Amino acid sequence: MTLEQFLLMRHEIILVIISVIILVSLLFFGKENKLKIIPVVIFLFSVNTILGFLPIETGSLFGGMYRTNEMILLFKNILNIGVLIVMVQSAGWLVRNKEHFEYTGEYFFIIICSLIGMDYMISAGDFLMLFIGLELATIPIAALVAADTLKTKSSEAGVKLILSAALSSGILLFGISILYGVTGSVYLDSVSTAFQNNNLSVLAFIFIFTGIAFKISIVPFHLWTADVYEGAPVNITSYLSVISKASSVFILIILLFTVFQSIAVQWDSVVIFTSVLTMTIGNLFAIRQQNLKRYLAFSSIAQAGFIMLGIVGGSALGFSSVIYFLLIYIFSNLGAFGVVAVISNATGKENIDDYNGLYKTNPNLSLVMMLSLFSLAGIPPVAGFFGKFFLFTSVAVQGNYFLLFIAVLNATISLYYYLLIVKAMFINENENPIEKIHSDGYSKAGMVICVIGILLLGFAGSLFDYINSLSFGLK
Amino acid sequence: MDILTLLLVIPLLTVIAILLSRNNNQVRISAAVGTGVQFIQTINLIFAYLSERNSGNIDEMVFTKSVLWFKTFNIYYSVGVDGISVAMIALTGIVTFAGVLASWKVINLQKEFFISLIVLSTGVFGFFISLDLFTIFLFFELAVIPMYLLIGIWGSGKKEYSAMKLTLMLMGASALLLVGILGLYSNSAATAGGPLTFNLLEIAKLNLPIEVQRIFFPMVFIGFGVLGALFPFHTWSPDGHSSAPTAVSMLHAGVLMKMGGYGCLRVAMYLMPEAANEMGWIFIILTSISIVYGAFGAIVQKDLKYINAYSSVSHCGLVLFAILMMNTTAINGSVIQMISHGLMTALFFALIGMIYERTHTRDIRFMGGLMKVMPFLAVCYMIAGFASLGLPGLSGFVAEMTIFVGAFMHTDTFHRVVTIVACSSIVITAVYILRVVGTILLGPVTDEKFNSITDAEWHEKAVTVMLIVAIAGIGLAPFWLSDIITQSLGAIILKLNPL
Repeated sequence: MTLEQFLLMRHEIILVIISVIILVSLLFFGKENKLKIIPVVIFLFSVNTILGFLPIETGSLFGGMYRTNEMILLFKNILNIGVLIVMVQSAGWLVRNKEHFEYTGEYFFIIICSLIGMDYMISAGDFLMLFIGLELATIPIAALVAADTLKTKSSEAGVKLILSAALSSGILLFGISILYGVTGSVYLDSVSTAFQNNNLSVLAFIFIFTGIAFKISIVPFHLWTADVYEGAPVNITSYLSVISKASSVFILIILLFTVFQSIAVQWDSVVIFTSVLTMTIGNLFAIRQQNLKRYLAFSSIAQAGFIMLGIVGGSALGFSSVIYFLLIYIFSNLGAFGVVAVISNATGKENIDDYNGLYKTNPNLSLVMMLSLFSLAGIPPVAGFFGKFFLFTSVAVQGNYFLLFIAVLNATISLYYYLLIVKAMFINENENPIEKIHSDGYSKAGMVICVIGILLLGFAGSLFDYINSLSFGLK
Repeated sequence: MDILTLLLVIPLLTVIAILLSRNNNQVRISAAVGTGVQFIQTINLIFAYLSERNSGNIDEMVFTKSVLWFKTFNIYYSVGVDGISVAMIALTGIVTFAGVLASWKVINLQKEFFISLIVLSTGVFGFFISLDLFTIFLFFELAVIPMYLLIGIWGSGKKEYSAMKLTLMLMGASALLLVGILGLYSNSAATAGGPLTFNLLEIAKLNLPIEVQRIFFPMVFIGFGVLGALFPFHTWSPDGHSSAPTAVSMLHAGVLMKMGGYGCLRVAMYLMPEAANEMGWIFIILTSISIVYGAFGAIVQKDLKYINAYSSVSHCGLVLFAILMMNTTAINGSVIQMISHGLMTALFFALIGMIYERTHTRDIRFMGGLMKVMPFLAVCYMIAGFASLGLPGLSGFVAEMTIFVGAFMHTDTFHRVVTIVACSSIVITAVYILRVVGTILLGPVTDEKFNSITDAEWHEKAVTVMLIVAIAGIGLAPFWLSDIITQSLGAIILKLNPL
């Protein structure tokens, strides 16, 4: 292996270097100065994010276990941006919570570990690498979910996440082993050539789909979501709902479009069915929620249902729409979670009723929240509108108007509960609203990035065309 | 920069000016200047349009401009106008300007109010200049969403309920519309497997198969029809209008509801003429119900805003009714009716707002003899009323006359019957208008406290005079407007009635 080949793994190598730097520097900073590590980490990670945009050769390593191409590179960059925002937002929490949570460096280390796992997962050329990446992505996060040492719910959430993750991994592994039995290989390429359309293969598909569906929290595999999201620290919740979900969607699409292509007829109906179910259940449950984290949990389940729309029919257009939607979704959802995090950290209030009259005292936070919610709901002119419109278009061009109709109906239902928050912030009267919050620089920076993304991404027509030019290469 | 994009840029600059303003006075002055400039620009557009036509340009749309936006989906930012849209744009210009002047009084969160109002008007302007179904849909939603905040924050009465009801019904309608638009898009390939397009004019060139039209015509028509208060989807309108603050009622009844009629004509009927011919009768029946039901609804209401909201249902029903008659005269009448009703209802809502500020009630049972204490506003109210019941010399007469003449050109029994039914609304309109005028304006002053009421201030006079001049202008010289409209109807009529 030459150095150039080795550098195909540049993304992961830099991340490993950063994580080692963090571990080593922990020795030097000591417990008193633990907060000083935050700017260092954020600086390093920003550099990594920028470096990620350097072009890379298409190629594979380790006999095909690891592969990379422009689409994968683009997706890794999207994840990098998302993680950067999460880190910046987390910094606010870490600073405020420095009395109770002393593992500042470790916190970033764990997030980066999980990101390395995701990068390996989406670069995976065989099922073993995929499985290891998936585990590396999930297990560290369980530790962070339980990080809020002041709340029992947090440890409960950690246990719930690790148990459901273990179960889903088991199911996934079972599916992989059946697939190995059928095709005699674990390499994605050779599996897809040797794949035959028989009952056992369909069974393997069902298990693998289920295993990944747990991570994306597709109904009926969503039951862990609300509890874990509620218990975890808000920034970790946003990490779970955005980064972890996005990477699992990506790998699901890769598997469906390449390995399981020959049973497209079978998986198409599964995807349609779960998509409708996920949208509807997510929306209907979101209406009834009072706690904002649970509310955003169900909202993100409903969004997963919309994402599944792009997979239906297995078209390249749908695939590009999904990537574009995910990119916008990262900004919108992190914007909403950012506001919830700031308010929750400062006052401990997480209920919708607490937000009554928020605009009077905290106009900027309310505006960020409103823009993010409008983007999630798909209201023009913010970016979410474009993302959703293109997902719907990719369904429409296949002539599946019934599914389209259900989807737009769900979009209208979702508008109702998104408007409930807007109503609370802008319209409802409140005797003693949440007092003026002076958010720290990190949280502000995080929100500014999100707002810029939300406002501008929709108008970037060439960005979508770029994504689309790559996704034809995948098929 | 081309003349049409300028219509989007001016509001944007106005919003920025409002954001930078430091106090309430600066806010309202920037809003008034911005919308005033916009109004002048729309008048300028009319003259530019006329001189373009006089110089021999016979394209269907003029001032066209296309900029590629999303190559993958063939989405363009594509604008252009014909006579109908020019007239609608001018209407929007005058109503927005009048709306800003009508909300001159300092209110809570003034900055946010004017920003939302101007964003709303931007949506409407964008809608009327768009030629691409994607941007039509985008601007449609952009115009609807600020309504929620405008009614919810600055409204009165059961504002939260009304705001949510209005937004959800209109967004539900836009969901139907979205399915319709995407359906049109996915069937828009000129040759099998060719590129798909959102462009209105290009889709109009193909003849969509009748099976496709049958599915999507009702969706698009109802989608726009909800905004045009089509029975039985009109229920958002009375609640919404009565809870909204004055300027919002003016814009909503005056302009937004017209987007419904315009969309039905430009998208539903123009792109799917065969289905329109086939299914038109269903919607003719529904609109006839709208017309008569709205008028009867107005008779029994006690609240001035409810009366006017039901009256809007009736008049907007007439717009859709006339469109479905599918001949030049009727559709010409329908566009005049849109303009006329837009002006008239804006005047009505502005006056109701002014009366309410003085009497602190909108219930007609508690008002009386207002003519004695505020003669100027009372006379304006009477003029608006007369325009509404179709007094010759004012715009309402021209519009209704043209519509009914056009509708009566159909010789079959069905069309005759519905026309006669719709005609009966003229009588009912007279009943409720004259009842209101008689009760609240004439007679002795019923309440002691009314004696201290003062008459209109300068900005209120400006609003009413401006709108009355426009109403009387159309009433006295209708040929000017109707010429602009008629010469643009050729393409649509040809599609609806192929030779």
